[in-house]
Amino acid sequence: MSEPASSGLALDHSRAPDDRSNFAVGMANSSTRAISDFFEWFGNLGIFFWQVCRAAVTPPYEWRELIRQLDEIGSKSLPLVALAGSAIGVVISLEARYSLTRFGAKSLFPATLVYSVIQVMGPIITGLVVSGRVGAGIGAELASMKVSEQIDAIEASAVNPYRLLAATRIVACILMLPLLTIAADACGLLTGWFAQAMVEPLSFHQFIESGFKGATFNAFLPPTFKTAVYGLIIGLIACFQGMNTRGGAEGVGKAATNSVVLGSLFLILADVVLVKFILVVFP
Amino acid sequence: MTIAYDTAAQTQDTEDSSLLPVISIENVNKSFSNRKVLDGINLCLKRAETLAVLGRSGTGKSVLLRLIIGLTQPDSGSIRIFGQDLAGLSLDQLGVLRMKMGFLFQHAALYDSLTVAENVAFPLQHHRGDLSTSERSDRVQHLLGEVGMSGDLGKMPSDISGGMQKRVGLARALALEPEILLLDEPTAGLDPISSREIDELILKLQREHQMASIVVTHDLNSAKSISNRLALLDKGKVVIEGKFEDLERSDIEFVRNFLK
Repeated sequence: MSEPASSGLALDHSRAPDDRSNFAVGMANSSTRAISDFFEWFGNLGIFFWQVCRAAVTPPYEWRELIRQLDEIGSKSLPLVALAGSAIGVVISLEARYSLTRFGAKSLFPATLVYSVIQVMGPIITGLVVSGRVGAGIGAELASMKVSEQIDAIEASAVNPYRLLAATRIVACILMLPLLTIAADACGLLTGWFAQAMVEPLSFHQFIESGFKGATFNAFLPPTFKTAVYGLIIGLIACFQGMNTRGGAEGVGKAATNSVVLGSLFLILADVVLVKFILVVFP
Repeated sequence: MTIAYDTAAQTQDTEDSSLLPVISIENVNKSFSNRKVLDGINLCLKRAETLAVLGRSGTGKSVLLRLIIGLTQPDSGSIRIFGQDLAGLSLDQLGVLRMKMGFLFQHAALYDSLTVAENVAFPLQHHRGDLSTSERSDRVQHLLGEVGMSGDLGKMPSDISGGMQKRVGLARALALEPEILLLDEPTAGLDPISSREIDELILKLQREHQMASIVVTHDLNSAKSISNRLALLDKGKVVIEGKFEDLERSDIEFVRNFLK
């Protein structure tokens, strides 16, 4: 009875190094595949971007669809962006008042609020809100069109889908993000001031004058207009994910999720580069 | 047995342009993930002729149509439309050729955010800028009237049945007055009455517009009634090509099984 058991154990021992080496080879293979998939994804994104750029600059221009997308991406995101901006204004106001009072720098409250909202929080919050709403919307819409052959039907009708579907959405994102950021900033400043004014008297005129004292265009314009790059990232990734979907409902779901996740991730990573760029170019 | 269709001879025949093939497919191969879908396909289509492409599901019939309209590229071989090889064409040149072709997708592929009328108007809006709004509207009315859908202009695709969607898809395919009509499973998923109605509609359109058509189907009755010639595909190859009677006379087992 014990013989087979011991021989079995001996067999396991003899196979252990093989298993370890198979595991290592498997790990190496899957790592290589993951790296190659990563570069392939970027390569395909680059090709897609080039096709969209080429389609966008050559006539005929899809003005009607662009206007529809400006409304869809801009006007319809406004309430959400305004609400997010308002909330951020109140949060910064509450936090700043507490911290500044603690360090005896209460007089810096207006400038702290203005700079925090316009330079940091307004752009990134707008970007993330639009990435969530618009990125998911574009990704799901184009993916659904792809799996139901609607994009093929557009192409079969001799209409360039890169021009009609992708270029219009990406351009609309680029144009609308800075405007939505201005709206979010305005709402943030207004609610931030209001939250402060509820606690102690501070006129709006006084708040604005003190907050913007000594401010230059360089301090506010680059952080606001950097969101055009966010728009490019959100639109490009959502269109790419949507138009390259495979499969049915599962593919549509994946495209929508990836549009939001990758869009938001690349947006935050791009912010690191953009902030450094702005600090260097607009000191 | 393959009833040969001498494409080379027809290409050389310049005396009568009506005999020139509008579509000429020579030795086309296409694989997806190492699976050969089309294996050395040779077919051609003359003006005002209807070719039915038959075969079991997954034999590459729909892929063949996608290759013809340039939505997919072949691995090798050549596809000529009106004598122009698709491989050498720019996107703009391909666009010009596509305007001469109407495509009815298997599931109609109507734009779900547009109404029935807007779907039919879509190709006109993009390619017939010379038409005024009222002329375009008249043309849409006329096209939808031809397919018996003139009362449903304002409906959304999701509000109409599969058969009605196919009709609208057909009207959209006809919008630019194409010289070639490509129909992918026009009667698939329809009840026998709707199928017959679609077949009659295709016959009527062929009579009136004198278009060359390729109809992909596995509905033998439909293929028999609407086509002049049939090609039967199996495992990516053309097993037999000819008139329905030629198929009936064939002693190839696959053909006999298919006709049973």
